[in-house]
Amino acid sequence: MTSDTTLSPLDADGVAAAVDAALAAVAAAGDLDALKSARLAHTGDASPLALANRAIGALPGPDKAAAGKLVGQARGRVNAAIAARTAELEAERDARVLVEEAVDVTLPAERHPLGARHPLSTLQERIADVFVAMGWEIAEGPELEAEWFNFDALNFGVDHPARQMQDTFFVAPPAGADVPEDGSGLVLRTHTSPVQARTLLERGVPVYIACPGKVFRTDALDATHTPVFHQVEGLAVDKGLTMAHLKGTLDHFARAMFGPQARTRLRPSFFPFTEPSAEMDLWFPQKKGGPGWIEWGGCGMVNPAVLRACGVDPDVYSGYAFGMGIERTLMLRHGIADMRDMVEGDVRFSQQFRTVI
Amino acid sequence: MPRIPLTWLGDHVDLPADLTAETLAADLVRVGLEEEAIHSSGVTGPLVVGQVLELTPEPQKNGKTINWCRVDVGAHNDLDEAGEPTVARGIVCGAHNFGVGDRVVVALPGAVLPGPFPIAARKTYGHVSDGMICSARELGLGEDHAGIIVLSRLGHGDDVTAPGTDALRLLGLADEVLEINVTPDRGYCFSMRGVAREYAHSTGARFTDHGLPSDDVLRERPPGFGVEIDDDAGVHDVPGCDRFVAQVVRGVAASAPSPAWLQRRLTQAGMRPIGLAVDVTNYVMLDLGQPMHAYDLATLTAPVVVRRARAGERTTTLDGVERTLDAQDLLVTDSTGGRAARVLGIAGVMGGADSEVSDGTTDLLLEAAHFDAVSVARSSRRHRLSSEASKRFERGVDPRLARVAVARAAALLVEHGGGTVDDALTDVDRTGAPAPVAFDPAQAGRLVGVPYTDEEVRSTLEEIGCTVDASAVPWRVVVPTWRPDLLAGVDLVEEVARLRGYDAIPSIVPAAPTGSGLTRSQRQRRAVADGLAAAGLVEVLSYPFVSAAQLDALGLAADDERRHAVRLVNPLADGQPLMRTDLLVTLLETARRNVARGTTDLGVFELGLVTLPGADGGVAPRLPGGVRPADDVLATVEAAVPHQPLHVAGVLTGLVEPAGHWGPGRRADHADAIALVQRVAQRVGVELAVAADGERAPFHPGRCARLTAPTGAVVGHAGELHPQVVAALDLPARAVAFEVDLTALLAASSDAPVEATPVSTFPVAKEDVALVVASDVPAADVLAAVRAGVEQSPAGDVLEDVRLFDVYTGDQIGEGRTSLAFALRLRAPDRTLTAAETAAVRDAVVAEAHARVGAELRA
Repeated sequence: MTSDTTLSPLDADGVAAAVDAALAAVAAAGDLDALKSARLAHTGDASPLALANRAIGALPGPDKAAAGKLVGQARGRVNAAIAARTAELEAERDARVLVEEAVDVTLPAERHPLGARHPLSTLQERIADVFVAMGWEIAEGPELEAEWFNFDALNFGVDHPARQMQDTFFVAPPAGADVPEDGSGLVLRTHTSPVQARTLLERGVPVYIACPGKVFRTDALDATHTPVFHQVEGLAVDKGLTMAHLKGTLDHFARAMFGPQARTRLRPSFFPFTEPSAEMDLWFPQKKGGPGWIEWGGCGMVNPAVLRACGVDPDVYSGYAFGMGIERTLMLRHGIADMRDMVEGDVRFSQQFRTVI
Repeated sequence: MPRIPLTWLGDHVDLPADLTAETLAADLVRVGLEEEAIHSSGVTGPLVVGQVLELTPEPQKNGKTINWCRVDVGAHNDLDEAGEPTVARGIVCGAHNFGVGDRVVVALPGAVLPGPFPIAARKTYGHVSDGMICSARELGLGEDHAGIIVLSRLGHGDDVTAPGTDALRLLGLADEVLEINVTPDRGYCFSMRGVAREYAHSTGARFTDHGLPSDDVLRERPPGFGVEIDDDAGVHDVPGCDRFVAQVVRGVAASAPSPAWLQRRLTQAGMRPIGLAVDVTNYVMLDLGQPMHAYDLATLTAPVVVRRARAGERTTTLDGVERTLDAQDLLVTDSTGGRAARVLGIAGVMGGADSEVSDGTTDLLLEAAHFDAVSVARSSRRHRLSSEASKRFERGVDPRLARVAVARAAALLVEHGGGTVDDALTDVDRTGAPAPVAFDPAQAGRLVGVPYTDEEVRSTLEEIGCTVDASAVPWRVVVPTWRPDLLAGVDLVEEVARLRGYDAIPSIVPAAPTGSGLTRSQRQRRAVADGLAAAGLVEVLSYPFVSAAQLDALGLAADDERRHAVRLVNPLADGQPLMRTDLLVTLLETARRNVARGTTDLGVFELGLVTLPGADGGVAPRLPGGVRPADDVLATVEAAVPHQPLHVAGVLTGLVEPAGHWGPGRRADHADAIALVQRVAQRVGVELAVAADGERAPFHPGRCARLTAPTGAVVGHAGELHPQVVAALDLPARAVAFEVDLTALLAASSDAPVEATPVSTFPVAKEDVALVVASDVPAADVLAAVRAGVEQSPAGDVLEDVRLFDVYTGDQIGEGRTSLAFALRLRAPDRTLTAAETAAVRDAVVAEAHARVGAELRA
């Protein structure tokens, strides 16, 4: 471009034409690159408007102001159009990128699969929570236990038929020890009841405790038996406790485990450590084939002989105890048909119970 | 457990005509007798008496001869032209023990025999056999398959066996039998008499007690066969025998078959008919609850002596087993070969072969005695010999029954076997009157929570047979002789609650005590287990029983303390007599099972107790119940119980992160195992030190970490499993594991509250430092030096975090050298760190690392 053709800053028509050309180019720019070219062509150093602007300085004084106004307004219109178009094109670009970046969100997401607790553990914790909510505490004891705690303290005399019915695992005395004929005096506990005696001896009265835990009987594993299983034991000893309180506690526990329709029924039975004793049936609303009674556990008023063995005066204090199988409770609640699924440790069983239960 | 034929029960108590076993079970369970099973004969449909009219033997090609019979089955005969049932049925029978004229049992088409074996008319041996002539075995009446039943031989007279008569009813095959479960305190319910009494308690039906002796039974009799009781060594100072009644019956057909009704009742009750004398004694036992014995009088020499065995003495019991006797065994002996020289049997358990009733026996000595429950229980246990008699004596037999039982048995023998009962009778009676129980009637309401009136309490006790003197409180209650279990007030309370009904007890939730929730250790254990599950592991449970071979498979050294395990006397599997001392022993078996079932990418964990026998202890003293032991005695009991810490262990095999669209999966390695232990420790607030352990089975000697609490206690190990262990257990290569003594870890955790540090909002300064050390320097030592270096810098303890982000070995730093690059985040609580300060930190870190582990700053 030569000086002859340079747009005069006083040429109003020429400036208007330059502005129109610039606005047309900006409007025609289809993307940010085209817009950049248009910007350079129409507002760059070599553009007619820039040259006209530069030429203002050489004008005689009176013309300067008019030229400045004419060219300044023209450049302002062009720059505003460029800014508006830039914003437009950037927004279009951003939107396009987001579309292009879309992925298949249905692809598998789990890089760190969740594990699972064993439902027998979860259920024991749930049971513990029910009793804790009642103000009770959770007690524990050893699994390999002295016979005195497992039997004698609980009023199972050495010759009592009930002691023979328990299918007990007996512990051998240490090799070479000078041992009486009747063995080590140690067994794998056959029930969680020895914790009753331990708790009474350790804590004294009044006491309200539940004890979930593992117990052992010499039954071979099959669909309905396992030599290692779990029970929860409950014990309350205080002044003025009656079988009505036992019933109330069991009813509450049943509802917590099996819903508001659940309730319990007591039937006369026999256990050496309780008198009166009862079998406890559960009204099970979800029973297969319709609601009905199901055996759930044993219970009764703590036998005075047990209280005396634990240093508690049965003329002042009374108490009740109950126990039920955790496996049976789990099987009832979750429709588990075969005991072996719970004890073989196949992860596919536990994995079904990732939730709270 | 006792089987109760409904028709037999009806001898003692009025039963509704339409009573079913199911209803009876419901009635009995209310008073504490639980249903075990309902038995029926398994025979249904038309089973009738038939009379054999014709019998034609027909030899067959196979060498057998069958009988083609015409059998008159009365109204069930085929119809003649006039429509009358006069045409006898044709039946093929393979047995030959019957003849024309015999009355037999015919199963007609439509009948079903036990099996089930449906009967239909069928073509066989060239005839249509229109029914079946039955044997006892086919009807489930016994094992006798030799021949078919001839009713006259069972004692059924012609008057009750007209052809066409319903044989189901005749043979008792229509009867239902309820088997009940009797708890150990209710020995008297091992009899029809006892169960009938309970039925009466439950329903109010009229009960007739056939166990009470009449005046005639108790009349004075001249002394009979000599009986003496020598027992100066009673168990628990209780005489082994306090009653012995002996009665001679002469001229009895002792081995003849019992009458059909008696055989049927025995069979229904689950006993096998043998011969009249034995059957009658068993019958009386089942009926009244008094175990009895019948001796062949001809083999006995007076006196019979009840005495304890001499150690080493031997005898052969009726089951054919020769037994070595114990000095505590109570025996019934006679004086053949000298006074008390010959053993007749173990008292209350089982008789011997020498004096058994045999084919030629005509004169009998009947025994009805009362033996001590404990003595019988011990002998039964010692000789692993549980008999119908021992079951009853162990649970307590009514000592007043003996005379009634003997009279009843003698009468039955004479009625069905002829003969005469001696007028003489021996009754050695050392039983005393039962001591009255002192009983405060208010105790019933106080324990049961039902406001029983005194009158309700008294009448209930009288209903069960007590005599109540209510003239003063406490009452004096004499309990019935058949209830030796009623010893104290609470026992009477149970009777009141039971008979007034457990249904009457209200349901009251006790007022809430003030609890403190779960203990800290209980909450920590939950956190550990939940944390491992959140980390992707699945909780499993395994049995604690292990074998020595399992310990070998883990590569435990011969002197490894974990080989010192508690042993069971009676393990379930002979191969697994030991209690685990380590969780991985059993958890690895669980892992193996999962892998074998196809789960090769596996993460499992278990929380469980292990048993550590320790150096001494292991024998707990024998102490009586009912008395609180002194503290020092209790301490010896406690000391004998082995230490049983709670462990947590885990096993990872295969991929710990699965392959996916994000790329390949990642295999579990030793670091995963160590990280899991650190995670466990973090959950309980313990910082563990990690060190290499080259000698811990079952781990890889170069890839095992020992984890130590700040207290110095080693709390666990983690790392890759030894390749030989992996191979032995068929696990995927490079499986890893960990085991932590959680009891020890929790002991190392502090219960002091976490002290919070204020969060600084000044800017962070980041410094990277690469340190070159000899390759055998543990990274943990270098890291410790870095931490110490920051602390010693002029800026002080400004280390917010440090992370080892790169490990490099190679040419740039030379052979045997490793570069460890650490990223430090530095921040002061009160100011912005200056460039000079952070530079000084860097210098201090390099200097400390050089001093501690010879580190150089990487160029």
